[in-house]
Amino acid sequence: MTRPLTLLESRKKDLGLDLSEEDLRRLYTTMVRTRKMDDKLVLLQRQGRIGFYLACTGQEATHVGAAFALEQDDWVFAHYRDQGIPLLKGIEMERMVHQCFGNVRDNTKGRQMPVHYSFKEINFVSISSPLAVQIIQAAGTAYAMKVKGRKDVVLTSFGDGSSSEGDFHSGMNFAAVRKAPCIFLLENNQYAISVPLDHQTASDGFAVKAEGYGMPGVQVDGNDVLAMYQAVKEAVDRARRGEGPTLIEAVSFRMAAHSTSDDPSRYVPEEEYAEWKAKDPILRFEKYLLKQGVIDEDFIQSTAKAAEGEVDAAVKAAEAEQWHPEADTLFDDVYAELPPHLLEQRERMRRDVEENGMPGGHH
Amino acid sequence: MTMIQAITHTLAQAMERDPDVLVFGEDVGPNGGVFRATDGLHAQFGEDRVFDTPLNENLIVGAAIGMAAYGMRPVPEIQFMDYIWPAYDQLVNEAAKMRYRSGGEYTCPMTVRTPYGGGIRGGHYHSQSGETPFAHTPGLVVVAPSTAHDAKGLLHASIENDDPVVFMEPKALYRAAKGDVSEGYYKEELGKAAVRQEGTDVTIVSYGSTMPMSLKAAAAAGEQDVGVEVIDLRTIYPWDKETVLKSVKKTGRLVVVNEAPLTAGFASEISATVAEEAIEYMEAPIKRVTGYDTPFPYTLEGLYMPNPNKVMQAIEEVINF
Ligand SMILES: Cc1ncc(C[n+]2csc(CCOP(=O)(O)OP(=O)(O)O)c2C)c(N)n1
Repeated sequence: MTRPLTLLESRKKDLGLDLSEEDLRRLYTTMVRTRKMDDKLVLLQRQGRIGFYLACTGQEATHVGAAFALEQDDWVFAHYRDQGIPLLKGIEMERMVHQCFGNVRDNTKGRQMPVHYSFKEINFVSISSPLAVQIIQAAGTAYAMKVKGRKDVVLTSFGDGSSSEGDFHSGMNFAAVRKAPCIFLLENNQYAISVPLDHQTASDGFAVKAEGYGMPGVQVDGNDVLAMYQAVKEAVDRARRGEGPTLIEAVSFRMAAHSTSDDPSRYVPEEEYAEWKAKDPILRFEKYLLKQGVIDEDFIQSTAKAAEGEVDAAVKAAEAEQWHPEADTLFDDVYAELPPHLLEQRERMRRDVEENGMPGGHH
Repeated sequence: MTMIQAITHTLAQAMERDPDVLVFGEDVGPNGGVFRATDGLHAQFGEDRVFDTPLNENLIVGAAIGMAAYGMRPVPEIQFMDYIWPAYDQLVNEAAKMRYRSGGEYTCPMTVRTPYGGGIRGGHYHSQSGETPFAHTPGLVVVAPSTAHDAKGLLHASIENDDPVVFMEPKALYRAAKGDVSEGYYKEELGKAAVRQEGTDVTIVSYGSTMPMSLKAAAAAGEQDVGVEVIDLRTIYPWDKETVLKSVKKTGRLVVVNEAPLTAGFASEISATVAEEAIEYMEAPIKRVTGYDTPFPYTLEGLYMPNPNKVMQAIEEVINF
């Protein structure tokens, strides 16, 4: 296997990246905020305060580094393990926590399970549970950008397991055929729930699959935020120049359970976990930044503390809100306008609430 | 104009009116579609806006969702409705729920055109009527025109609709349904049935491919002094319950005709609603005239499909009850 692109442990002082010290600190801070948010929300689920959660622990560098290569007008069709992207792009953590509670302040009106975010203002398209569906949609959006003559690009991310779905083939093939400005980010975290890579594909890694579609494929150290940034930036530049899509395989590891319904100790060997823990993307970047003198111990402490405070405050705010969206919203957004049969059914629902009250909370 | 000509004309008109309208699918480009629905569009609007996709229905619908979310108005074609199922997930889990699951942030204004129905000796893979699962999917609109005039008006309305539409074109009527279609732009409102013929004794409710036979049977009944009111749903889902209920309250008798299999077909939904909301007006049991609960056959398609005689028989049964 070729060695994935890595930069962090490079001996070169100047990596040739167009990043300022402030950029580097922002990358670091976003990764820490993502980690702290995940830790807290997993805990809340254990305590029965939210219904479900899905952490991206260990994969922060992959998507934060990738998304840093995007401009504000670019679009993202994300996987459900990319919570660092909205944080990086300026979405307040509190709004994400409202979504996880599905409360009255959830901008998606309590319609989906936790982590299935949608943020129109940053062109972050509603996350779907059915795996890989977003890959085709992203290719479609990228094609539309091209037809419109815009210079924007689309980033879509998905897991290694998702690459076995037909939608991966469909989206990759279409984007390549139409030279659509789409970056396919395959987050290879070694497992699809419990199923290891060798049950997913017989090929030598995933990046090589790009060749069959007539696009470049790059394998990157997904635990190296700078390598991720650089690889995706190159792909983005290519796409903006009208040269079409790129497949990026980020090699990483899911240090958390698949979700709060999963117990990885049943299938991840201890040695494997230990090996990857040593490559924790936040610690690696921290070490690099310390060495470069971009941050110091104080910065590390204060960043962690601020992130903890931020998530605590967000949770407090979310728990103070009414736990449910208004009953009428059940019928909103099925269509642009309520058709007669839904008006009728809404009346029936209202009578039900009047007579029986709102059914109790579900957590 | 024939229905197929009306469709081609409407697509061209919609593309002229709105640069965000895109047409794509299998063989729809230079070849103009296997039924010629997109004839001439590629030459007129170019490769960016009218193109052949890779042969992949899931892709065709999924990519359309992405285009629609971005603000385009894609009008993809699925060559035969029998081949829409690879795209079922994208339609039912994605397109239909985009608005809802994003809390209204993202929408999916696309129109999936697809020929459906039998009568062309196509065997089951070129003949099926697939409306039922889509008419069971909140968030989707399901349309089936039966005249050339409606094909135009409903297609314009579908393309401009801000939610996803499955636009079912009765292929047996592509050339058989002929009528005046005015050149100027017009729309027919979605969700509104058309009363094709008024009558006081029996109501027939149908849509798409089974409309001509319903009208034929109604004419035959008329010769025997039975007044049949014939309703063309035009939009299968959400359907125009008001028009149907108003009619059955007047006639007290209902025959529902659709080509799809009997069990859990859309005729069943209409029957159940009438039983639930107007049973006290009914003078006879409700009758469904539909395909049998078998796969659509090749040689025996004439036996399988509803026809004027079967509709006539149902009319007689509800009159003589
Ligand atoms: C179409 C579909 N099939 C099955 C599932 C159930 N499921 C949820 S996550 C998952 C594994 C996904 O693995 P991968 O794509 O590698 O992403 P990861 O969770 O590792 O980030 C499965 C099987 C689903 N959500 N969608």
